[in-house]
Amino acid sequence: MSEAVLSPVAETPVSREESAAISPRRLIWLRFRRHRLAYASGIFLLLLYIVSGFCEFVSPYGTTTRNDDAINAPPMSVHFFDAEGNFHLRPFVYAYRMEVNEDTWMREYSEDTTRMFPIRFFARGESYEMWNLFESDVHLFTTDEGGYIHLFGTDQLGRDMFSRVFYGGRISLSIGLVGVVLTIVLGILLGGIAGYLGGIADRVVNKAIEVLTCLPALPLWMALSAALPVHWSPLLVYFGISIILSLFGWTGLARQVRGRFLSLREEEFVMAARLIGADTPRVIRKHMLPSFSSHIIATATLAVPGMILGETALSFLGIGLRPPVVSWGVLMFQAQNPLVIEMTPWQMLPGLFVVLAVMAFNLLGDGLRDAADPYSTAGAK
Amino acid sequence: MDTVLKVRDLAVDFKTDLGLTHALVDVGFDMPRGKVTAIVGESGSGKSVTANCIMRIIQPPGRIVGGTIDFAPQGMDPFEIVSLGKRDPRLKELRGGLISMVFQEPMTALSPVYTVGNQVAEAILCHRKVGRKQAWQEAAEMLERVGIDDIDRRIRMYPFEFSGGMRQRVVIAMALVCHPEILICDEPTTALDVTIQAEILTLIRDLQQELGNSVLFITHDIGVVAQLADQVVVMYQGRVLEIGTVRQVLKDPVHPYTKGLLAAIPGLAPKGEPLATIATVVGDTDITRPYPLVTLRDGRQVSLPRDQLQGAVG
Amino acid sequence: MRSYLLSRLLGMIPTLAVISVIIFVVIQLPPGDIVTSMLDRLQAQGVDTTEEYVQNLRAQYNLDKPMVLQYFYWAGNLLTGDMGYSHLYSRPVNDLLWERLGYTLSITVSALFFTWLVALPIGIYSAIRQYSIGDYILTTIALVGLATPPFLVALVFMHIGFDWFGVSTGGLFSPEYEDAPWSWARIADLLAHIWLPMIIIGLGSAAFTMRILRANLLDELNKPYVVTARAKGVGHAKLIIKYPVRIAINPFISTIGFVLPSLISGEAIVSLVMGLPTIGPLLLQALLNQDMFLAGSLLMWLAILTVVGILLSDILLAWIDPRIRFE
Ligand SMILES: Nc1ncnc2c1ncn2[C@@H]1O[C@H](COP(=O)(O)OP(=O)(O)OP(=O)(O)O)[C@@H](O)[C@H]1O
Ligand SMILES: [Mg+2]
Repeated sequence: MSEAVLSPVAETPVSREESAAISPRRLIWLRFRRHRLAYASGIFLLLLYIVSGFCEFVSPYGTTTRNDDAINAPPMSVHFFDAEGNFHLRPFVYAYRMEVNEDTWMREYSEDTTRMFPIRFFARGESYEMWNLFESDVHLFTTDEGGYIHLFGTDQLGRDMFSRVFYGGRISLSIGLVGVVLTIVLGILLGGIAGYLGGIADRVVNKAIEVLTCLPALPLWMALSAALPVHWSPLLVYFGISIILSLFGWTGLARQVRGRFLSLREEEFVMAARLIGADTPRVIRKHMLPSFSSHIIATATLAVPGMILGETALSFLGIGLRPPVVSWGVLMFQAQNPLVIEMTPWQMLPGLFVVLAVMAFNLLGDGLRDAADPYSTAGAK
Repeated sequence: MDTVLKVRDLAVDFKTDLGLTHALVDVGFDMPRGKVTAIVGESGSGKSVTANCIMRIIQPPGRIVGGTIDFAPQGMDPFEIVSLGKRDPRLKELRGGLISMVFQEPMTALSPVYTVGNQVAEAILCHRKVGRKQAWQEAAEMLERVGIDDIDRRIRMYPFEFSGGMRQRVVIAMALVCHPEILICDEPTTALDVTIQAEILTLIRDLQQELGNSVLFITHDIGVVAQLADQVVVMYQGRVLEIGTVRQVLKDPVHPYTKGLLAAIPGLAPKGEPLATIATVVGDTDITRPYPLVTLRDGRQVSLPRDQLQGAVG
Repeated sequence: MRSYLLSRLLGMIPTLAVISVIIFVVIQLPPGDIVTSMLDRLQAQGVDTTEEYVQNLRAQYNLDKPMVLQYFYWAGNLLTGDMGYSHLYSRPVNDLLWERLGYTLSITVSALFFTWLVALPIGIYSAIRQYSIGDYILTTIALVGLATPPFLVALVFMHIGFDWFGVSTGGLFSPEYEDAPWSWARIADLLAHIWLPMIIIGLGSAAFTMRILRANLLDELNKPYVVTARAKGVGHAKLIIKYPVRIAINPFISTIGFVLPSLISGEAIVSLVMGLPTIGPLLLQALLNQDMFLAGSLLMWLAILTVVGILLSDILLAWIDPRIRFE
């Protein structure tokens, strides 16, 4: 700073040394790292995506495998010490002992300490087709033939909740991403058109945004997804739902992009680029987008939770994804009745995962937004 | 000399994302009573922070980490400002009552949702036990005095209906309405256009002579200093480099930085020569290093190493 | 102010027109129409229909006209208050709608007040005590509240009510008042039941609003006008309320705009879980059974509710903020 100059009276360029020392991207990254919660959420999400990306490998069973010995059975606990107090290096679970309660006619489970199933890691079990590409039967963990392991319990058909939660996570988490990609495309396209062209285009887009934001999303989602043809394949329904979700989600981003374009249009570096003859798309791509890509990332991150919650709500109502597809919402559909919480609370675990994932996305998005623009307002949506 | 405010070894730190900033380092100066003291210095030199310390309105992440500010209001026991407790009644009296402040940004210095009269009268209601009517009455008088006409109508208008110059007049009225001992003006004209600037400066000077209060005037415009001030404090990077009377500092600066400051003003430099930048004149004095203030024979104070003092004065 | 009101009111008309077009398109989307689904029904009952009968029926519902005309018939009927006939319930839509609309309205509005009542003090507290333990606890609760789908909250609350208090918390009335005529006792019974859905639905938006208020307030806290007021000697509590809060409350009020649609969404799904006699469950039934007259009018009414709510929030905003009033 020794070169610094009395700015109002002297016309010497301000020393750039200091500001050049830290690039904007690095500054954003530094600020983001300081949001420890956001950082932790990012890592948590990354893990969640990896685990559900490899759910065939991670879960011991497929989504339809039934265990007739365990209907509505509670989560098992993993042991190192057996009933006699002996230590086992290899963790194990005890088999279920089932009794029917004479009064309520409900099944009640306890641990059968005479039968233990050691947990095998990277062992062979049920065979599966990884990503529909190749067959394998190696699982992260499983038990020997004849044994079973249900860390999250089972549902009323004896299907392993642990496996179903992560298979469901694959669908629910990815539908959020697909929806958000569509949202970004729509948001940038429409917001950009409005902000860059102005005039009638701006007015039309603005009116569309205004109308869409004052429509209650869920009822319209309901109407649209009820309109999806019943004969559609699960994959088509999946994309149909993500399109429906993004139809209402793009407004926030579009409004931001529009505002940015409006203010950027006036800014000097854009003007300069135009003067030297760069054509419009080039100006947008090279000069305008990079200067707020961090905003787009932050806004997009904050839009994912809405998608996940939307899918969950629709599937919960039975008009979104339907079995045999497994998503968190589909899993919650089975838990519609408060009696389910009463009798088999572990069936609510998908709900817990929804809450965790949404919370993590919110935190991550907040952190990204703060890092991208320390002066931004949460309210200025 | 009758001193109204004595600042000693004032130090302020800001804790930011990129580490600790020492915004003020051992700042010290005296303000003579009934006179205009100007603080000059480039952007970021700590002028506003100094003013905020006097008002005790430094907000986190800033913190006063040392120093004293002795204040001797007329008709009251003198007291020290930095050590005042948060609930000390003198602190409330100090802000707006004994010392008040005019800010740089008239456009945003008033709340847009209250009428002008409401905000000026509030200053009275905060410090004196008078009725609402009386307060509005006095507010109206003060507003008229700072040159707002059609007062009956204007007093019920909202700040956003006023031009920048008029808003600054309102802020000045708000500051003076309790007849403070010291008026701090933090670059009150920077945000205004040139003709309005002159009007506001004249207003401040006239009111000062009329009311006899002391003024701490913050600016980076040397012309304004020459016009208005009795005493000048030159700041750079959170430190005081030179203190003296207007004549001493402007006509015969000692510190190389001050010299550079003056040489860099268009119009003061000899014709035909390129404008000097500060870097060229400061020469081999490392102005980024703090030296203690030394008092010279003629009463002025300079921050220079002893060996360079000789050459600088001679 | 008057011209502002007028322009806002006039602005509503195109908005509602566009919305009605969207809704019309949406209810036309499913394959088939009201007549085909009626015929399906008849066929299932073993009734044979003649080609002529079908033609008559189509003419009766204007289905033989072009799409655009059909829209105008539909919209025109809506305007005159005739919302058609629900073949699912074999009753005019009007009969089905009004009572349920009333419940939807009361639950949504009370949830809105609950939202404000909770979000306002907590948001202010959290902002002025930023990074205090209380702030951390409250923002954490808000985070969880924001992330939990309303139906999950409803399930959990119902479970708690069932488990701890042994009461069935579904519905808006105790069984003895279910079909009783309106009386003070019935209203009291309604109030005794409505608070739970109110809290459940309001929770998410309270969390959302609180976070907005907190962020806005943090933004405002060090604005020049606050510094000016502080330098003027205004006491701390008064300073906060009179200056930054007063400004931060503006976007807060305009959040009715975001909050109302989401409250109505939440209301729809919570009603389904809790078995409340509101629009939500009716809409789901209508959609599942392709009763498009019913679904269309329900959607339209929900949209009207929201648009009117947003209009009210705009008026409120203009009333408290002179900048808008004077435009
Ligand atoms: N809110 C803040 N956060 C961090 N640092 C600050 C803050 N306010 C002031 N500073 C630090 O204090 C230094 C002095 O700031 P100050 O506002 O006093 O400068 P100034 O002399 O008034 O400049 P200007 O002429 O631009 O008003 C700045 O360089 C900055 O490093
Ligand atoms: Mg300043």
